[in-house]
Amino acid sequence: MTEAAAAHAGAKKLGAVLLEVENVSLSFGAVQALTDVGFAIREREILAIIGPNGAGKTTMLNLLSGWYGPDKGTITYQGIRRPRMRPHEAAALGIGRTFQNVALFKRMSTLDNIMTGRNLKMKASFLDHALYWGRAEAEETRHRAQVERIIDFLEIEAIRKVPVGRLPYGLQKRVELARALAAEPTLLLLDEPMAGMNSEEKEDMCRYVLDVNDEFGTTICLIEHDMGVVMDISDRVVVLDYGRKIADGPPERVRKDPTVISAYLGVTHSPA
Amino acid sequence: MEILTAAFLGPIADMIAEPLFLLEVMIGGVLTGVMYSLVALGFVLIFKASGVFNFAQGIMVLFAALTLVGLMERGVPIWLALAITIAVMVVLAMAIERIVLRPLVNQADITLFMATIGLTFFLEGFGEILWGSNVKKLDIGIPDRSVDVGGVLINTFDVNAAVIAAVLVAVLAVLFQRTKIGRALRAVADDHQAALSVGISLTSIWVIVWAVAGIVALVAGIMWGGKSGVQFSLSLIALKALPVLILGGLTSVPGAIVGGLIIGVGEKVAEVFWGPYIGGAIENWFAYVIAVAFLWFRPQGLFGERIIERV
Amino acid sequence: MLYRESGHFRTTYRADQAIFPIVQDRWVVAAVVAFAFVVVPVIADEYWLQAILIPTVIFALAAIGLNILTGYAGQLSLGTGGFMAVGAYATYKLTTFLPEVNILVHILVSGVFAAAVGILFGIPSLRIKGFYLAVATLAAQFFLMWIFNRVPWFYNYNPNGTITAPPRTLFGIVVTGPQASAEVRYLVCLAILVLFAYLAKNLVRSNTGRGWMAIRDMDVAAEIIGIRPLRTKLLAFAISSYYCGVAGALYMFLYLQSVETLAFGIDVSFLVLFMIIIGGLGSIMGSILGAAFIVVVPILLTNIPQLLAIPISVELAKHIERMIFGGLIIFFLIVEPLGLARLWQIVKEKLRLWPFPY
Repeated sequence: MTEAAAAHAGAKKLGAVLLEVENVSLSFGAVQALTDVGFAIREREILAIIGPNGAGKTTMLNLLSGWYGPDKGTITYQGIRRPRMRPHEAAALGIGRTFQNVALFKRMSTLDNIMTGRNLKMKASFLDHALYWGRAEAEETRHRAQVERIIDFLEIEAIRKVPVGRLPYGLQKRVELARALAAEPTLLLLDEPMAGMNSEEKEDMCRYVLDVNDEFGTTICLIEHDMGVVMDISDRVVVLDYGRKIADGPPERVRKDPTVISAYLGVTHSPA
Repeated sequence: MEILTAAFLGPIADMIAEPLFLLEVMIGGVLTGVMYSLVALGFVLIFKASGVFNFAQGIMVLFAALTLVGLMERGVPIWLALAITIAVMVVLAMAIERIVLRPLVNQADITLFMATIGLTFFLEGFGEILWGSNVKKLDIGIPDRSVDVGGVLINTFDVNAAVIAAVLVAVLAVLFQRTKIGRALRAVADDHQAALSVGISLTSIWVIVWAVAGIVALVAGIMWGGKSGVQFSLSLIALKALPVLILGGLTSVPGAIVGGLIIGVGEKVAEVFWGPYIGGAIENWFAYVIAVAFLWFRPQGLFGERIIERV
Repeated sequence: MLYRESGHFRTTYRADQAIFPIVQDRWVVAAVVAFAFVVVPVIADEYWLQAILIPTVIFALAAIGLNILTGYAGQLSLGTGGFMAVGAYATYKLTTFLPEVNILVHILVSGVFAAAVGILFGIPSLRIKGFYLAVATLAAQFFLMWIFNRVPWFYNYNPNGTITAPPRTLFGIVVTGPQASAEVRYLVCLAILVLFAYLAKNLVRSNTGRGWMAIRDMDVAAEIIGIRPLRTKLLAFAISSYYCGVAGALYMFLYLQSVETLAFGIDVSFLVLFMIIIGGLGSIMGSILGAAFIVVVPILLTNIPQLLAIPISVELAKHIERMIFGGLIIFFLIVEPLGLARLWQIVKEKLRLWPFPY
């Protein structure tokens, strides 16, 4: 276990159930993406969703951010049943998100990208913006201060003004995380945040994720393929395979589950 | 009340009163539609294969027709003139590829679009200098008569044009779907860099496509020029073809045909039956309105490729 | 060495967010604006004002409008001419209906009509994108042309179908009609341009602008983080059309004096689109530079044969001019696809290091 994870484990108290997914099914035409999936996430928990490619993990996240509505089943968030959330409703409810293929605004600078994360908190109208002096400027400066704290936290000061399209992949992922954090989410959905990173970058990212969970109490649900990361930082693991849930429990237990091993993890073969 | 009459009752009553006339108008619309499709085809080819929205297609139609007529006026026999014009269009394609397309590889779509508009201006000026700006008659031996078929007047020229267009479409469809070149064309349309990385020569593909589009433009030019003379308003045909293009889908050859038919018929019927009530000249915008209405329900056109965005 | 940021530390976020964070920039822009207001009307002659300066200023305004829609919000539009026409005709109807009210008020109000039309024709943008949308906006262009031609109420039943600017005054000085001097008209247009450019710059650097750019770059992601696509796009259409409407009103009242609908045809739409592509998409400064370029180049081309004393017929000159214009556009797109604004940025970057090479 890494240092950060060791310090983190054992010191946390989980809260009430924040999100509950019950018997959710979703299909796209003939493709059954999710079948009868159910799990719960508690406040301040870090939940990892793992499984082979095509298992429906990203679809699950898209469901939670309101991009699709389930064909069957319910999603209960913050105690209230939400039959069909639209994306901006999900965002307004404090559900933040990063994406598998970095979905940043490529032609905008890092700073601007992160500032878009604050858009739901900015109340000035376009007329205020046109005049700028006064209300709009005060609001802009106030939110800029918040965003700078996040930039500080994620150590990306040097690339503030660079258009993100020019940044290397690892930094783009970090900027995306910053944008998601800027919205001060209650539930943060991370889709493969460590993809394409070397071990040093992964260490950094893990540290950020854990710090976010520690300092802000953000509940985190992440999709991840790197089992080392999953074992280290998650409190619980849900395993999906072909759209069905095949395991749900603490990482140690899931790792030894034979169904999971045959579907996804595999075994190391000793040399013959 | 008069508005209601104008909008609905009047035209529909007219249509019911003279069903044969309606049929005639519709057939005329079908045939005009086929002509639109010919022009739209050129757009589709280039867009499908190089991802470029070639605004210069209209002027290419005119340029091809002008060259053919210009040669024939100087006494060149028609078959030789045709051959030379085709050669000219191929050379033009090579020049465009070298001077305009190659330096702009992988630029934004809108940049390439603007480049084709620049090309349009260039070809307009060049064409006028080479061949002059008077109207020219183009006679390639297709009879232009109105024939009475069971009480409905049909134009022989239009029918010929429709047949030629059908043949052209069939040939192109086979070219795209069945041949190695067709596959290469589709690869290039999808992603220039990826196509390069598998060894497809962008240069050759582009020359081929623009040359074929040039030949399609020539056919369209002959059809339109034969019907109404070769003059500069011919380049405005492109603007008529645009609604056909978006209705059918920018990437679909059958779409260009179906779109052409829908627009051709819709436009003619609207002009003849609604026009007198609203004040005429609705041809200018009606096609666009039809296209937008269809697009609302299918934003990629009737047969266009669905734009799927993965998050 | 003269032009650099080192030594000027911005200590507040306010300072960092300023339109011109570099001090020298502020001085240069202030000087240029002062020059434009004070010196130019004195030294420029009638021809320069009428043929070059006034149209540049008016088209710069329209270009800013289109840049907001296409450059910042990413919605390709070919309906600019139509929206300008709405502004012109609205002003005409308003001022002939209420001649006592200040013409400036009418012009600014007519922009609202243009904005309303813009919102209406912007609705398809929710579902239709890219070139499909561009062609759809042509529906707006052609329909508006048709309606202003067909419905005589718009041109007050004038038998030859044109509308003519009636003489109006502003603070006692004649601004429209044959008595209005070119200097006065130029100053009014310039004042409106400077004000509106400032407002536009504020809009694009604020949350509104970020929303537009987010929709442009990846509307799916924008929606997921809470930006409302329809609202954002329609706002872009509204504000863009407002600018184009005002520009159209100025075009008619303070420049041409008398127009028929053809003056706002599809050629104008393409012209303004050229301006923002050559000037630079997503740049207010670029819109102004692009407008200047597109206005000046044809005039240069027309005058070169005279300057070089080459005897060619007017017809031939016109054709050659067209060829060169087309060729220049292609050349420019190859050399600097990001436009004049980018060239200007490169110049500034070199200036930062001057006199050192790197």
